[in-house]
Amino acid sequence: MRVMAQMSMVMNLDKCIGCHTCSVTCKQAWTNRSGVEYVWFNNVESRPGQGYPRTYQNQDRWEGGWTRTRTGRLKPRAGGRIKKLFSIFANPKMPAMQDYYEPWTYDYEHLLTAPAGDDTPVARPKSLLTGKDTKVTWSANWDDSLAGGNEIAAGDPILQQMSEQVRQEYEKAFLFFLPRICEHCLNPSCAASCPSGAIYKRAEDGIVLVDQDRCRGWRMCVTGCPYKKIYFNHRTGKAEKCTFCFPRIEIGQPTICSETCVGRLRYLGLMLYDADAVGKAAAVKDEHALYEAQKSVFLDPHDPQVIAAARAADIPDDWITAAQRSPIWDLIMKYEVALPLHPEYRTMPMVWYIPPLSPVVDILRDTGHDGEDLDNLFGAVDALRIPVDYLAGLFTAGDPAPVTAVLQRLAAMRAYQRRINLGEERDESLAAAVGMTGTEMDDMYRLLAIAKYEERYVIPAAHAEDAHHLEQLATECSLDTEGGPGMGGSGPFGESSGTPAPISIENFHMLRDRQTADSVAAPDDKQKRVNLLNWDGKGRPEGLFPPKKDGGDQ
Amino acid sequence: MNVLLWVVFPYLCIAVLVGGLIWRYRYDKFGWTTRSSQLYESAVLRWGSPMFHFGVLMVLVGHVGGLIIPKSWTEAVGITEHAYHLMAVFVGTVAGFCTLIGMAILIARRRLTGPVFAATTRNDKAMYVVLAAVIVLGLWSTLRANVSGDGYDYRETISPWFRSLFYLSPDPGIMAAVPIGFQIHIIAAFALFAFWPFTRLVHAFSAPVGYLTRPYVPYRSRDTRPGLRPSRPGWEGPPKLPARRDRG
Repeated sequence: MRVMAQMSMVMNLDKCIGCHTCSVTCKQAWTNRSGVEYVWFNNVESRPGQGYPRTYQNQDRWEGGWTRTRTGRLKPRAGGRIKKLFSIFANPKMPAMQDYYEPWTYDYEHLLTAPAGDDTPVARPKSLLTGKDTKVTWSANWDDSLAGGNEIAAGDPILQQMSEQVRQEYEKAFLFFLPRICEHCLNPSCAASCPSGAIYKRAEDGIVLVDQDRCRGWRMCVTGCPYKKIYFNHRTGKAEKCTFCFPRIEIGQPTICSETCVGRLRYLGLMLYDADAVGKAAAVKDEHALYEAQKSVFLDPHDPQVIAAARAADIPDDWITAAQRSPIWDLIMKYEVALPLHPEYRTMPMVWYIPPLSPVVDILRDTGHDGEDLDNLFGAVDALRIPVDYLAGLFTAGDPAPVTAVLQRLAAMRAYQRRINLGEERDESLAAAVGMTGTEMDDMYRLLAIAKYEERYVIPAAHAEDAHHLEQLATECSLDTEGGPGMGGSGPFGESSGTPAPISIENFHMLRDRQTADSVAAPDDKQKRVNLLNWDGKGRPEGLFPPKKDGGDQ
Repeated sequence: MNVLLWVVFPYLCIAVLVGGLIWRYRYDKFGWTTRSSQLYESAVLRWGSPMFHFGVLMVLVGHVGGLIIPKSWTEAVGITEHAYHLMAVFVGTVAGFCTLIGMAILIARRRLTGPVFAATTRNDKAMYVVLAAVIVLGLWSTLRANVSGDGYDYRETISPWFRSLFYLSPDPGIMAAVPIGFQIHIIAAFALFAFWPFTRLVHAFSAPVGYLTRPYVPYRSRDTRPGLRPSRPGWEGPPKLPARRDRG
């Protein structure tokens, strides 16, 4: 047993409203540069839909991930080492820019410089590749919320695996959103495809990164990743990918996509796993067994043997504690409601998903049934083959059993909590119907519905002793304690003199205050503030002016 | 003049090549890439690029064989001059034309595909001129020697001179009698070597042969400085975390 730690994520799809805030903040933070205009480390896809890049899930076409050889070993689907080297001069399986979309901007200047005339000037779209006029025909999110209808949705590779009849009825059935980042796999096929060895998995937290100094632009990783989450920067000629916001993770902050998620649907935490078991688990013959195989790789952080082995592997104690508190462990192993995305790619992905129950509930409600009655829900999960098969195509290599089990648990939780909400007695039989106890139900409900910031994101700070310099704490004066001599607020030459507080510290404390506050914004002087926008000018609202020094009435 | 062309100039170019590579590796690892344009256009590249690269690799093997292996060695194993010559001309011409046609396809693609042309730098254009000149001159000299005569036995003249550069006792005298076509080809080739470290051609020096022996998934620790780590041999299995350092 070789214990390693992995920073992982779970997303609760029931809560995703497809607002794309995660994508936008991620882009602002990481890919707001020339050469990666077309790149979205985080994107939110509408399902059914073609995804980004288009039809990336069709591995017959793109040949991403691993394949099991007849001898039971794994090799990259696009070919082993020798084939890779022979196809290095022109990668035959690389998506072209058109499969993502051609990035563009608008000729805004023309709006200002156009000569006076009868017509209103128009900002024409210009290609960011050539600078010439272009026609916008596709983008990262062209088919958002089923835009384009059946015609585009029919190109969904998952739908195409299902039967003809299903495909036709599907559009009526349901829509949900799938936010995607790099999976930071336990068995990353991008790293295995890189001829230069520039892509590596960090031994401490399992984050998969591209060493920009060692990448030589051979482009094999783009093919190797079945999720198509490695992108080629066409200006620098280097591969880039989601970094799991490692500079933030290292100081204990959640990734940008999690931090800004409006629906609070993302969970971050550690998983301990047995690195020696990964290869064998990824190579099990039956694709349906891959979900269980991956679960068998995870190690219970409460098990004394595992703790001892983790210590022996030099995993710090606070990391072990974090693994014990990990919401990821609870969602995957304890409540068993999270599923991996496309386990059949055999990469052992580490961003898992709680499949959405809301489409099932919606259909029940729309047809006049009680959408929170357990029998109705169980019946619907069984009867609505289309959503279940579709979800199975995404999360369990097509095996409907685990998806059904998860949906039933979510349904039971719904029914169980409704009784509590209505002031009725707790019904243990509802929990027992899905093999849980009432207490477990309560705990699961708490984690899924009301978990606070610290419960959703359990991130131990990087153990490197340079966590200090990551936070730029070295520039802090030891006298800068509350009320201490360094805490003057302003230096001898006015407010902006002296050494400025490093911006990262300022941000860090501000963010922490804001994120752990009970209300949306809770400034200390909230009560004293006056909203001038709805003050009608009559009278003197309290707090408009500071109290007079003499204390007398004005 | 002979000394300048066949002693000073080659050494100067080799020095610039070596020094330039070291400098580039130390200060511009980030810029050390193929700068592939496949993302923009891949249908034409699929034909042109393998043709050019495999052709040029064969040409390289031919040059190594012809320039570095002495004639006496091949004759010692029973290959007559005639047999060697036939083989070299046949394989060399095929490889040369592969390279030339591949390069023509690639240059045409570069000029005619909008995004690819937009991503072409002045440095690239200059590099293409020099590279094309070397290839065309080499092919032309070989063909002319073989079409108009019985061919030219460069292994009597150019090869000993080339090897003598590495013995540090260069003999410019032999080169003076070499046909002018070969002379220009050689001068152009050394010019290309000197230009090499400052172009995208550097990617040739990072040919990823290590991939064949490496384990599929590399692990690295956050602890040490990135980019300076020796690669881990495959037989060690997945890595362990570095031992914890106690705070002093």
